[in-house]
Amino acid sequence: MDEIVRDFLIESGENLDRLDRELVLLESEPNSSELLASIFRTIHTIKGSCGFLGFANLEKVAHAGESMLSRLREGKISLTADVTSALLATVDVVRRMLSEIQASGQDGGIEYSTLLQTLASLQERVQAAQSEEESDTKDSKQVSEPRGEGPQAKAEEQEHAPLEEAKPDREVPATANPGSEGKDLSQRRPSPGKLGGVLVERGQISAEDLALALAEQEHGDQRRVGEILVGLGLCKQEEILAAQQILEMRGRAAGVETVRVGVTLLDRLMNLVGELVLARNQLLQWASQDAGFHTIAQRMNLIAGELQEEVMKTRMQPIGNVWNKFPRTVRDLALNCGKEVRLEMEGQETELDRTLLEAVKDPLTHLVRNAVDHGIESPEVRTRRGKPACGCVRLRAFHESGQVNIEITDDGAGLDVERIRAKAIERGLISADQSLRMRERELFNLIFQPGFSTAEKVTNVSGRGVGMDVVRTNLEKIGGTVELQSIAGKGTTVRTKIPLTLAIVPALVVRCAGQRFAIPQMSLTELVRLESSDAVETVHGAPVYRLRGTLLPLVWLHEVLHPAEASQQEDRREATESLNIVVLRTGKQQFGLVVDDILDSEEIVVKPLSRHLKNVDVYAGATIMGDGSVALILDVVGLAQRSKLVGEDDGEQKEKSEAVGRVSPKDEQTLLLAEIAGESRVAIPLDDVARLEEFPDSVIEHAGPQEVMQYRGHIIPLVRLSQVLSAASAGTAFQTPSVQVVVYSAHGRTVGLIVDRIVDIVQERIVPESVHPRPGTTGTCVVGRRVTDLLDISAIVTAALDIKEPTIAETQVS
Amino acid sequence: MDATQQFCTFFLEGNLFGVPVSEVQEVIQLQQITPVPLAMSVEGMINLRGQIVVAIDLRQRLHLKTRGSENVPLNVVVRTGEGPVSLLVDEIGDVMEVEAASFEEPPETMPPSVRGIVLGVHKLEGRLLHVLDTEQACRVQTAAET
Repeated sequence: MDEIVRDFLIESGENLDRLDRELVLLESEPNSSELLASIFRTIHTIKGSCGFLGFANLEKVAHAGESMLSRLREGKISLTADVTSALLATVDVVRRMLSEIQASGQDGGIEYSTLLQTLASLQERVQAAQSEEESDTKDSKQVSEPRGEGPQAKAEEQEHAPLEEAKPDREVPATANPGSEGKDLSQRRPSPGKLGGVLVERGQISAEDLALALAEQEHGDQRRVGEILVGLGLCKQEEILAAQQILEMRGRAAGVETVRVGVTLLDRLMNLVGELVLARNQLLQWASQDAGFHTIAQRMNLIAGELQEEVMKTRMQPIGNVWNKFPRTVRDLALNCGKEVRLEMEGQETELDRTLLEAVKDPLTHLVRNAVDHGIESPEVRTRRGKPACGCVRLRAFHESGQVNIEITDDGAGLDVERIRAKAIERGLISADQSLRMRERELFNLIFQPGFSTAEKVTNVSGRGVGMDVVRTNLEKIGGTVELQSIAGKGTTVRTKIPLTLAIVPALVVRCAGQRFAIPQMSLTELVRLESSDAVETVHGAPVYRLRGTLLPLVWLHEVLHPAEASQQEDRREATESLNIVVLRTGKQQFGLVVDDILDSEEIVVKPLSRHLKNVDVYAGATIMGDGSVALILDVVGLAQRSKLVGEDDGEQKEKSEAVGRVSPKDEQTLLLAEIAGESRVAIPLDDVARLEEFPDSVIEHAGPQEVMQYRGHIIPLVRLSQVLSAASAGTAFQTPSVQVVVYSAHGRTVGLIVDRIVDIVQERIVPESVHPRPGTTGTCVVGRRVTDLLDISAIVTAALDIKEPTIAETQVS
Repeated sequence: MDATQQFCTFFLEGNLFGVPVSEVQEVIQLQQITPVPLAMSVEGMINLRGQIVVAIDLRQRLHLKTRGSENVPLNVVVRTGEGPVSLLVDEIGDVMEVEAASFEEPPETMPPSVRGIVLGVHKLEGRLLHVLDTEQACRVQTAAET
């Protein structure tokens, strides 16, 4: 396709989105002349460009819209809902024509005569009501004259199209700089920002010609410079058009310095950076042998990391790009249901990866539609309940802990807990008995179950009972979560959390049958190691493990991947002494995946699978490991489905929902999360922590070999956790200007624990089991999607300070 | 059709096969093939300079005997409509230029299972060159066994 046409399409697409937004905005501020001018300019630009490119049908439609707008601007008609709808319909037709052009290069084939009739009849109707137009000025008459006579006039006017084209000159500078007409005179030097200046610059007219035209203007000629020049025969119409195009481009370039880059190029860049990251990983493995080489490798490491971050940013787009469509959606829908709804948006600039943006579009649209259709009440009901007649839907987006949070809040009726309860029992999703034990929030989240809908009547908008289920599935597909809160009578908030990017994800690497597999951390909840397979029980042949009182179905990865060897599996199960269980969650279901070995956690670059493997549902993709070999990424949902865990096993489902009611708060523990030795994370039970302090490095003193500190009139010993826990970094005390000290106090002793960074305080249910217990830890668990060592503080303190007195927790260290 | 055509040739169980040179991206020997459990028709995946490429064993595709472990296969990487695919062969031959006139459709007696993959043969001096349809050879059944 022609480069110019392509540019035109891209630009017009953006313009149309803006039109949608501005038209809806205009409805709420009908008197904003600025807004109207901007809308007018946008549609005029489209009209101008398509005339230039020879899309006559498109031009006609744009022109009809423009003339309607010009009536509005002159105040001859006022903005009613009908008029706005007609204008929005115009935008729709233009959009359809643009996609037609994209597909076939032609703008024909789209039916638009009805639209033209609607526009014309609207104008006529309003015109009939207001009849004092004759007294208008010459100028406005010129604009309106050929335009008010309905579609018949259009064809005739088509012949004058080139002359019409001269008018951007009339409109654009006039709105941008009102009253500038007179200044042209004093400023005889041709300005590159003006039409005349451009013409002179291109050598199409001389400076004298321009001066002549300007003089004409001075003497009362109301026409614009371009028209005068053509009128005097000093230059051709085409030249004026070309100059206008240049002028427009200049205006645009003056804005922000940006370059349009194809998405494919960005994707390619991203892939290359992925390669670089892999190559870097390989390099780092080699680099440990030579000190000089090591330094270079480290620098390369830093640069690659930074590059990765920057390239990721190029793929980031503000969520506003998706939200842009919502004002229109909400308006149309509200009008449809006879409601009044205001849309508020906050955090449009919040960025996330392009592919994710695409993926959240539909779920978000659905949630917004739901909020308007089900959430907001009709104006009468609202007034009766003492709320403002106009309802409000609020969208809010923000970054938090490496995720994008998006909230959709409405101030509508809220969810009716009792109705949900009744419906869920009626649909057989839960038993009456269970329903009594469920908390309100759990009941609310039932609406994400398949086949659940409380809408009393099925509208054409929503209420078919598939929506929320699909919303959740789609969000989970990209590693997101969704939850819902509601207060009856006050409104509902749906909160979704979405990862920033999918291209590079943290993953746990496991081994099975001699092969390595990666499991995305986002579906991982915890790791459990059983020292003996005796703990595995069976329910009618299905192996389960009691994880804190709840039955956890177990799936042997080896059996899933190599079903042909099934006969030997039983023996294998018997033979293995210890079990490595990776506890995975798929949203609906939790299960334990038994693997041969748990190796490492690593950042992996996700590569899509080729078509040949698309049907094998247990893989989500592939990646290249540090040593250059290929590893498959397991698809947790696929694994669950293949193991018949989802959907069929009713008994498990019930067991699980019963368990939900049983979770008592005492299973939860409050943990202090801290970072030591760079990346590794440790969790300290908060009960043991007296205070968190930050001191300048200088407070550290020595008493013999022991580092100590004066603290509240006492001398307390200091323990560097990084030295206690990892032999590798021992001796490399961090030379930071200040130290983070966790003051620990128990059994009459006070000790300061030095960590690199305090991360967070969380409430979590923790695993008592240990995976690869290191000295000083009671085990490993997953906290906030990161593998975290659970510290046994008593043991650490005892070991580090060489205290002989027995402590309670000592027995736990193996 | 041109009077002559160039083929990249290779051997499978001693038979001579060929695919048009224009469809071949490269021929490489790779040590490591990562098997893909559950995907029976695919031999595995290889890391082709950072790109993950599916490898298909032509012996299996053409229902020939399984290759002995002492026989390290070569990768003939071909371009397909959906990116490169590696075809595993026993041994690589020369690039041959053959007359279009020597071509003949496969005989009726050829097993139906390979019909469609083998387009026909070129009658060369002393032997036959089996011409493969690259796209067909790469189009394998991917339904996972259950």
